[in-house]
Amino acid sequence: MTPLLSVRNIRKSYGARIGCADVSFDLYPGEVMGIVGESGSGKSTLLNALAGHLEPDCGEVLFDTRAEGLRDTLTMSEPERRMLSRTDWAFVHQNPRDGLRMGVSAGGNVGERLMAVGARHYGDIRESATDWLGRVEIAADRIDDRPRAFSGGMQQRLQIARNLVTGPRLVFMDEPTGGLDVSVQARLLDLLRGLVREMGLSAIIVTHDLAVVRLLADRLMVMKSGRVVESGLTDQVLDDPQHAYTQLLVSSVLQV
Amino acid sequence: MISVENVSKSFTLHNQGAAVIEVMSGASFTVAPGECVALTGDSGAGKSTLMRMIYGNYLAASGAIRVGGVDVASAEPREILQLRRETLGYVSQFLRVVPRVPSLDVVAEPLLALGADRNAALDRARDLLTRLNIPETLWSLSPTTFSGGEQQRVNIARGFAHTYPAMLLDEPTASLDATNRATVLSLIDEAKARGAAIVGIFHDAEARERVADREIDVSRFTPGRAA
Amino acid sequence: MPDYNFAYLDEQTKRMIRRAILKGVAIPGYQVPFASREMPMPYGWGTGGVQVSAACLVPEDRLKVIDQGADDTTNAVSIRKFFEKTAGIDTTEHTGEATVIQTRHRIPEEPLTDDQILVYQVPIPEPLRFLEPRETETRKMHALEEYGLMHVKLYEDIARHGHIATSYAYPVKVEGRYVMDPSPIPKFDNPKLESAAIQLFGAGREQRIYAIPPYTRVVSLDFEDHPFVATKADHACDLCGAEHSYLDEVIIDDAGGRMFVCSDTDFCASRQAQGHRGRLSPGEDAA
Repeated sequence: MTPLLSVRNIRKSYGARIGCADVSFDLYPGEVMGIVGESGSGKSTLLNALAGHLEPDCGEVLFDTRAEGLRDTLTMSEPERRMLSRTDWAFVHQNPRDGLRMGVSAGGNVGERLMAVGARHYGDIRESATDWLGRVEIAADRIDDRPRAFSGGMQQRLQIARNLVTGPRLVFMDEPTGGLDVSVQARLLDLLRGLVREMGLSAIIVTHDLAVVRLLADRLMVMKSGRVVESGLTDQVLDDPQHAYTQLLVSSVLQV
Repeated sequence: MISVENVSKSFTLHNQGAAVIEVMSGASFTVAPGECVALTGDSGAGKSTLMRMIYGNYLAASGAIRVGGVDVASAEPREILQLRRETLGYVSQFLRVVPRVPSLDVVAEPLLALGADRNAALDRARDLLTRLNIPETLWSLSPTTFSGGEQQRVNIARGFAHTYPAMLLDEPTASLDATNRATVLSLIDEAKARGAAIVGIFHDAEARERVADREIDVSRFTPGRAA
Repeated sequence: MPDYNFAYLDEQTKRMIRRAILKGVAIPGYQVPFASREMPMPYGWGTGGVQVSAACLVPEDRLKVIDQGADDTTNAVSIRKFFEKTAGIDTTEHTGEATVIQTRHRIPEEPLTDDQILVYQVPIPEPLRFLEPRETETRKMHALEEYGLMHVKLYEDIARHGHIATSYAYPVKVEGRYVMDPSPIPKFDNPKLESAAIQLFGAGREQRIYAIPPYTRVVSLDFEDHPFVATKADHACDLCGAEHSYLDEVIIDDAGGRMFVCSDTDFCASRQAQGHRGRLSPGEDAA
């Protein structure tokens, strides 16, 4: 089986300081991988390097493209990479303001990716947008409202709809439930789980919330000081952590 | 179907002076299709630890654990996930689910994950919930709000939704009344009859005698106490 | 005359602007950066258009200046006088007689010919600006032909108004490549962008020049189920009776009385001179 994403020796330094280093892994179709670690552990740097938002110092990010099989996205031309990031890739930001156009209606936000790949029929675009708003549990009569009028949880769901409308194969998520209150988080997690299963999505989720990865991620990578200290099956890493840092992380979670 | 070969396990507590606790060594046994093996031994002897290692939830320090041709001790995460989806079922003592999901969907989920038809999966879920006496009025509610016994029955229904060729049962009859206990025991009998290999922990001695073909005393795998 | 270099700008500056114009003509619709000069008029009064005109003018030229279709507004009169004084050239109000026409917000009704130059004054040259504030990003979008965002704007129009309500500065795609802001002309004028004349666009404050060479394909963006329509007020001119010219609405009393007149004053006056009459024309019977 060909991995969907194959990451080899990614390193990104900020001057003398290491952002992340020596990161390698394979992600297979349909797999959801969590990356956990405390603030400053390099998990966001890694995610941004993988998604092409940051140029790593060295390494390879091989993606199984539809047309040509495995290609290193770091050496791809910029147009190719940008095309990838609005078709087969998606990126869900922690702050919906970073991932939405706040001055554009909900329908326009969802429709943008469709129009970006050439959709030119207003009725069809609107129909897709309505369908997707329904799938993320936003009432159809909010389609012409701007995201400013939405609650935080709705904004985040809108961001997810906007990203998934073109049927991507790989979704990068940066703290997708951060900043949401607990009941809203649960709803979002449930939604994400359903979408991941229905669409057969692969995802890489960066979070510091171990409960989130337990519910969403098949696999886990634990990062500390820019390096991966432990990885494996999510429940195994959380229930039988091997590395000192993971043990500390797991034991620091408040039990409810 | 399930074969445990010379498995050992230790815990290193890095945050308590790197204390190493040896909990198991030289564990070996096999379970044939259609057979139910009960793990016995005192509390703390390592019954749950062994079961968790078979499920891949705990990492074996050495040895091999083969379930349907996959060595759980050395397999890739995705291989274990596939094994859990298709081959190896686990009924734990506690239900862990996403909040807000209705019980019916919780029970049907293992089938949906296998790509089963949604209606067929829901039919199967309804059937199991009915057999386990969960009132229909509760099916659309999340089990997180249920009583302990109800949660346990939802958990069992979920565990038996798919006809796994290998199953791990951790105290499946605990906190059940006589009627539901009988239902669970017949579910186990049915699983055995279709050829499932089962490893169970039963504190309920009567239940154990009823379904288990063999007993394995786990305390003989305890380091220092080995015969 | 001896007080100014011909057409106010020094020769080096005009050469720099001509190079930008040539590049713009070579890449239709592409915004060429240029080093815009301080002009003796405020930004927003046509500094970009004036610099482009200055770079194009030769002593034999005859210049016409229109402001929203009219030759007699402050802006038009000032620019005409500016070039009369600094270049000593002839000026005209007749579209057919002009060799260079500088315009703000209109294209003349009378079809232009291949020996004419139309110079537009442009306030904001970047059509993507209102949705994407970053210049680095919009440049990249042009370079990579990522124009989905332009349709988002039109989508928003339809969602809010039921039809594409953008009625001026309506975005176009030039020769199948660059999406371009045609400056704030009414969308009624968009079909006239496919012209025999050379069309040059100058944005002084934003320091950009772009161009549409003669006979270039210019397509107004739209949706399959909401096609582009060049609209105008559904009236005939009340002075000359023209039914297919762009009209201004004029309030004529305190009782809500109004009239519609051609925005192109030269076109209207010519028609009246030919004897055409409208609803409110001071005709023989009114006398």
